[in-house]
Amino acid sequence: MPFEPKIVAFLCNWCTYTGADLAGVSRLKWPPNVRPIRVMCTGRIDPQFIVKAFREGADGVLVSGCHPGDCHYYEGNYKALRRVHLLKRMLEEFGIQPDRLKLTWVSAAEGERWAAVAKEITQTVRELGPLHLEVG
Amino acid sequence: MAKIKVRIDGKEVEVEHGTPVIQAAEKLGIDIPTLCHHEDIEPYAACRVCIVEAVRGKRRRMVTACNYPLSDGVEIFTDNERVLRTRRLILELLLARCSEVPVIKELAARYGVTSSRFGYDPKEKCILCGLCVRTCQDVVKAHVLGFAYRGGKRKVSTPFGREQCSDLCITCGACAHVCPTGAISIHDLSLDKGAVPEFTLGPKSAIYVPFAQAVPKVPVIDPDACIQMQTGGCSKCLGVCEPAAIDFGDEDKIEELEVGQILLTTGFQTFDARAMAQYGYGRYDNVLSSLDFEKMLNASGPTGGQVRMKNGQTPRAIGIIHCVGSRDVRHHRYCSRVCCMYALKFAHLVKDRTSAEVYQFYIDMRAFGKGYEEFYGRLLDEGVIMIRGKAAEVVEAPWSIGNGHEGYLAVRCEDTLIGKFREIPVDMVVLCAALEPNADTDKVGNIFSLARSPDGFFLEQHPKLNPVGTVNEGIYIAGACQGPKDIPDTVAQAQGAAARILALIAKGEVLLDPIRAAINEDLCGGCKVCNNLCPYSAISFNEEKRVSVVNETLCKGCGTCVAGCPAGAIKGSGFSDEQIYAEIEGLLADAGGK
Repeated sequence: MPFEPKIVAFLCNWCTYTGADLAGVSRLKWPPNVRPIRVMCTGRIDPQFIVKAFREGADGVLVSGCHPGDCHYYEGNYKALRRVHLLKRMLEEFGIQPDRLKLTWVSAAEGERWAAVAKEITQTVRELGPLHLEVG
Repeated sequence: MAKIKVRIDGKEVEVEHGTPVIQAAEKLGIDIPTLCHHEDIEPYAACRVCIVEAVRGKRRRMVTACNYPLSDGVEIFTDNERVLRTRRLILELLLARCSEVPVIKELAARYGVTSSRFGYDPKEKCILCGLCVRTCQDVVKAHVLGFAYRGGKRKVSTPFGREQCSDLCITCGACAHVCPTGAISIHDLSLDKGAVPEFTLGPKSAIYVPFAQAVPKVPVIDPDACIQMQTGGCSKCLGVCEPAAIDFGDEDKIEELEVGQILLTTGFQTFDARAMAQYGYGRYDNVLSSLDFEKMLNASGPTGGQVRMKNGQTPRAIGIIHCVGSRDVRHHRYCSRVCCMYALKFAHLVKDRTSAEVYQFYIDMRAFGKGYEEFYGRLLDEGVIMIRGKAAEVVEAPWSIGNGHEGYLAVRCEDTLIGKFREIPVDMVVLCAALEPNADTDKVGNIFSLARSPDGFFLEQHPKLNPVGTVNEGIYIAGACQGPKDIPDTVAQAQGAAARILALIAKGEVLLDPIRAAINEDLCGGCKVCNNLCPYSAISFNEEKRVSVVNETLCKGCGTCVAGCPAGAIKGSGFSDEQIYAEIEGLLADAGGK
């Protein structure tokens, strides 16, 4: 059976989640590999959530929020930017390829962009293969 | 003091013993000429022009009316033969010293003296009356002026002879004001360097009403110009104010008010047109900013509403340059919105009050409001010349000097509609300066945690759905501080903000979203990391308990603090850590994770 990656996506309520909803309403096709979790703002995302996701068996994690300058809560997405970039460097030390964690900006009107982002990360992680995390 | 009766020129008057003759004569309506006399200063009797004859019994003598004290039994003659003869001689002597001073010539001519056998000096203006010295010492109390040398060499001077510019001088102008001959003058050296004083176009005293439309319309004292505040002297205003409203000991007070909502209407400032040196603001006398011109056109302004050049002549042509500082990548990219309309207003008023040609140098004509386009049409009918093209520079036109006038300024521009470069001769240029955010917008923004949009003005919560609110609940902005706008729009915004405020007050309660953060006191370590993370300044530090506290009303539930807390002491209701972990586990239940 070909490998189907499991990707957990943390989406901010006001922008990307709504954008993904728009993609659905527009009947756009995007891979079921991407499993969304809604948060109010990407600033809510604790790096521990991302680590937890990898531990629970995710092969990839996507964080997506409002475009810089457009955050509904003014600058939450900047905090997410800082945390994700720092975490990426740490994950490398743990043997998790940095490409498995992706940060994107998708606005509420960008249904098509969401579909493209979902397809892209699914393809990237599929090529990387399953993540065999050694925990001990 | 005892009252006495004296006779002056045959008329009787009752005065107090010791009153100077000149005051008693004033009571009778008898005018005695003076030069060195001033009611606020001790009489000096330097000029001798007020000489009169005093008679007591058989003894007669010539005395100076300004300081001779009247006593019982004295009779005064102010214009008998001897007095007139003596006065003519005195005036002849004065005329020899200051032969071309208008006041002296006129006074001498009044007594029939037109030339002097004692000599002729067209340059000297000072009559050594001492008014400037006494004013500076007794009224202003700056002690800058004094007499130097003796005899023929006597003159008024400053310490170390620095007469061109004494650093002790506080430039109050009192000496220039009291000088009877115009021998002493005040010159603002900073103007030579092209500095534009804050209030151009007219003199201003230290105590003044800013303008006729000031609110409140009461005089203010300029602490830099007020003599009392610099030397402790003068204080003349205290004496004339009947309700005793002047208090020099007044100080700024800081008051603390507890309020539920705040509305900011801090306005804008005008772009300093000196930054665009090619337009000559601050270099050429007749290049004015829009605010300067507005002052000039005002009926209660320095020219009474008349349009005048610096030399007092009426301009033959006026050029109005749009977009100075606006729509400019080097200064402000935005459009200042109000300039096209006030430029048209200026044109209309100039056409109304003068026969000058008016040229408008514009990029676009933005007549967006009610009646605005119709007004523009009217201006076209009035013969205002519209040139579509950005003005490149303003220069002095050398070819135009002569023929009795000082020459034109020339506006060099591109006329894009005919595709040619043009040089338009004008007498006066008005620059439509941009509206920009106040210089202290940063500071004010920090106090109220207000963001700024890229143009520098305060950021509204939503440009369409919430133009008067800010991201902080309870703080509103209205008017030009939110962005350049004209009066109708400002009033509309202000009324809107007021309505929002009143609605909240009337409701009496605020609905809170259940999705918000709360800090567990027991877990909080007091690190204050969360305080700075909150975009709504909703987290404060409780000094007594040494823990951070979330203000429920301000918290929007974004969760940034929840994620940032190193101790995990903050619970984000609705999106708590436990809930999100559960979601992750659920989503990956089929993944066989560790």
